[in-house]
Amino acid sequence: MSEPKRKIIPKKHPMPNQEAEVRKNNFDEVALGYNNETAIAEAGRCIQCKNKNCMEGCPVDIDIPGFIKKIAEGDFEGAIKIIKEKNYLPAICGRVCPQESQCEKFCTIGKKNEPVAIGRLERFLADWELSQGVKMPQPALSNKKKVAIVGSGPSGLTCAAILATLGYGVTVLEALHVPGGVLVYGIPEFRLPKSIVAHEIDNISKLGVEIKCNYVVGKLSTIDELLDNDYDAVYVGTGAGLPTFMDLPGENLNGIYSANEFLTRNNLMKAYRFPEYLTPIRVGKRVAVIGGGNVAMDAARTALRLGAESHIIYRRSMEEMPARAEEIEHAHEEGVIFNLLTSPIEFKGDAESRVYSMVCQRYELGEPDESGRRKPVVIKGSEFEMQVDTVVMAIGQGPNPLVQQTTPDLKTNKWGNIVADDEGRTSKPGVFAGGDIVTGAATVILAMGAGKKAANAIHHYLQNQQ
Amino acid sequence: MYKIIEREVLAPKIKLFKVKAPELARKAHPGQFIILRIDEKGERIPLTIADFDAQKGTITIIFQEVGRTTDLLGQMNVGDFILDFVGPLGSASEIENFGTVVCVGGGVGVAPVYPIARALHEAGNKVISIIGARSKDMLIWENEMKKISSELYVATDDGTAGTRGFVTNVLEELLAKERVDRVVAIGPVVMMHAVAAVVPKNLPLIVSLNTIMVDGTGMCGACRLEAAGETFFACVDGPEFDGHVVNWDLILQRSKMFVEEEAIALRAVIEGGCKCQSQNGR
Repeated sequence: MSEPKRKIIPKKHPMPNQEAEVRKNNFDEVALGYNNETAIAEAGRCIQCKNKNCMEGCPVDIDIPGFIKKIAEGDFEGAIKIIKEKNYLPAICGRVCPQESQCEKFCTIGKKNEPVAIGRLERFLADWELSQGVKMPQPALSNKKKVAIVGSGPSGLTCAAILATLGYGVTVLEALHVPGGVLVYGIPEFRLPKSIVAHEIDNISKLGVEIKCNYVVGKLSTIDELLDNDYDAVYVGTGAGLPTFMDLPGENLNGIYSANEFLTRNNLMKAYRFPEYLTPIRVGKRVAVIGGGNVAMDAARTALRLGAESHIIYRRSMEEMPARAEEIEHAHEEGVIFNLLTSPIEFKGDAESRVYSMVCQRYELGEPDESGRRKPVVIKGSEFEMQVDTVVMAIGQGPNPLVQQTTPDLKTNKWGNIVADDEGRTSKPGVFAGGDIVTGAATVILAMGAGKKAANAIHHYLQNQQ
Repeated sequence: MYKIIEREVLAPKIKLFKVKAPELARKAHPGQFIILRIDEKGERIPLTIADFDAQKGTITIIFQEVGRTTDLLGQMNVGDFILDFVGPLGSASEIENFGTVVCVGGGVGVAPVYPIARALHEAGNKVISIIGARSKDMLIWENEMKKISSELYVATDDGTAGTRGFVTNVLEELLAKERVDRVVAIGPVVMMHAVAAVVPKNLPLIVSLNTIMVDGTGMCGACRLEAAGETFFACVDGPEFDGHVVNWDLILQRSKMFVEEEAIALRAVIEGGCKCQSQNGR
């Protein structure tokens, strides 16, 4: 006799969040996470279909139905073990992965209902494990060969963890004073608490990975020097940290920040706790964030929490906005004001060169452009002036140039990204690269996927050496 | 953690530290800078390297106590550790035999000019140095500069040492009588701006710009400035620039970006911080 057919619960179990009215005044994490009961109930929504379509959408090949099954059975330890076979940073991925365009996009249940909340379940498990105290395996240093990893962002950390597990001596070289890359300087505390990032990185250190901060590759050592002296291979995961400006009149006035500067001051340097922390930030009464991506949402929501009226200025419409739906929704709930089909053309400053207003023009949508999105077309005579105290330019980041500038035989493309194949091999023997430095600004999980592939390629390369 | 192994008071509120940083000392070149952070709650500040010793593994920094962070730094002693000390950042000075080079250092700016002047001297240049300060007691490294200069001129605002007046007065006189191939000037923005006004446009003028910075590796853009109408980042495109084409007004205004916050940070110490200081009448 077959089991009676279970009734499908059409919607995900909602994520408990801090109320918008409360959270817009603090930097604490917005999403609070499932408890054990909700996690088990949500895991019960998975029908354990044969096709496992969800796995198609996972850049690091996690056995998703496998870990969900374990949760449904209440075996959290078994469940996290399955994730950790493929992903060393689950507490981070569970929070910042765009699941709606990855695993959850392909979920069978999701065809007619809301997909299983795979991301929330992953986060639940990672948090559960952190609360239990993580037991990391202690891989033996079975290999005399050493690998240097340049950059401690998601791709570098993943590559480091895998190589350490394979028995290599691994050193991660980080330019800033704490490891984590964009996870610590870019993504705000309210979306990804820094204590969580520190925990995950600590776990990677426990695998035997050495992390050296305050080490700027390209200045303290070049790639060639790393290869000549201590290391048999190098992985470059230096990311996309070069800010982009629009080259508009008045753009260098005081009060106009790159998103990188604005976020770094707040996230890495904790300027929101000035003067307890000594790095200052000033936002004034009204902040305009130019751009419509996740970084723009992060900046706009940060500005709000610093007490300002916060505006998004975006030249296309809501539909074309590249930020995750969840981020836009959160920003909206908290009171960020969206000025769509609008873009600045000039900034005006006072006698002290401090920005006080921004001249904008309006757009309408025309034919689709090469990105497939409808192209914004200027409406003639639509210029208007908007008073602002602070402007944040969040219109994308370019590749960090230091490694490329000091490694002449490393091939780059016309944007300055390092050229690498699917496995991370560059034009220079022994040098591998992946993540944003190769692809241009993308997601944490894609960077991790690239770090993983490169780790395997490095393993292969080192085994075949000699 | 980077240990302070030597500390010297050069002038009121101007101090010299030698900091143990062997890897950095091996790689440092004249013209480059470091970024330091004193402790967990500290800010990152850039300081130009005043000297380096690869053998002893030390970097020398000289700083003036002008704000909260430099005040705190000034209270540190030999044996204390600076939490973060990163570099060498920025591009090295262009050193070759240009002929006759005038090196101008104003105030604490004498410190970063020193290794450049020394390197120019070692490269065979005739180095003429002009150093200045408000008064005699604020003048630093006169002897060091003397050793590597063919001629050394001193100017003080109040005339307590050398010529009474500004370094620019001395520079103008010198340029009128001597054939000079290059000028290097480091000091307060106002001084460098004044130097730019007296150096003829056909005489190369190099200035070093110590702007506000956060990461110092090209990621934040806090240090941006305009030269010949284009935007540059002081941290990676500099810190040295052609003094004839930088937009001095913008540099001065951008340096004042956080004056109010700097005052708040200083006040926070006096009100909430260490009581012993106020009892000592400081």
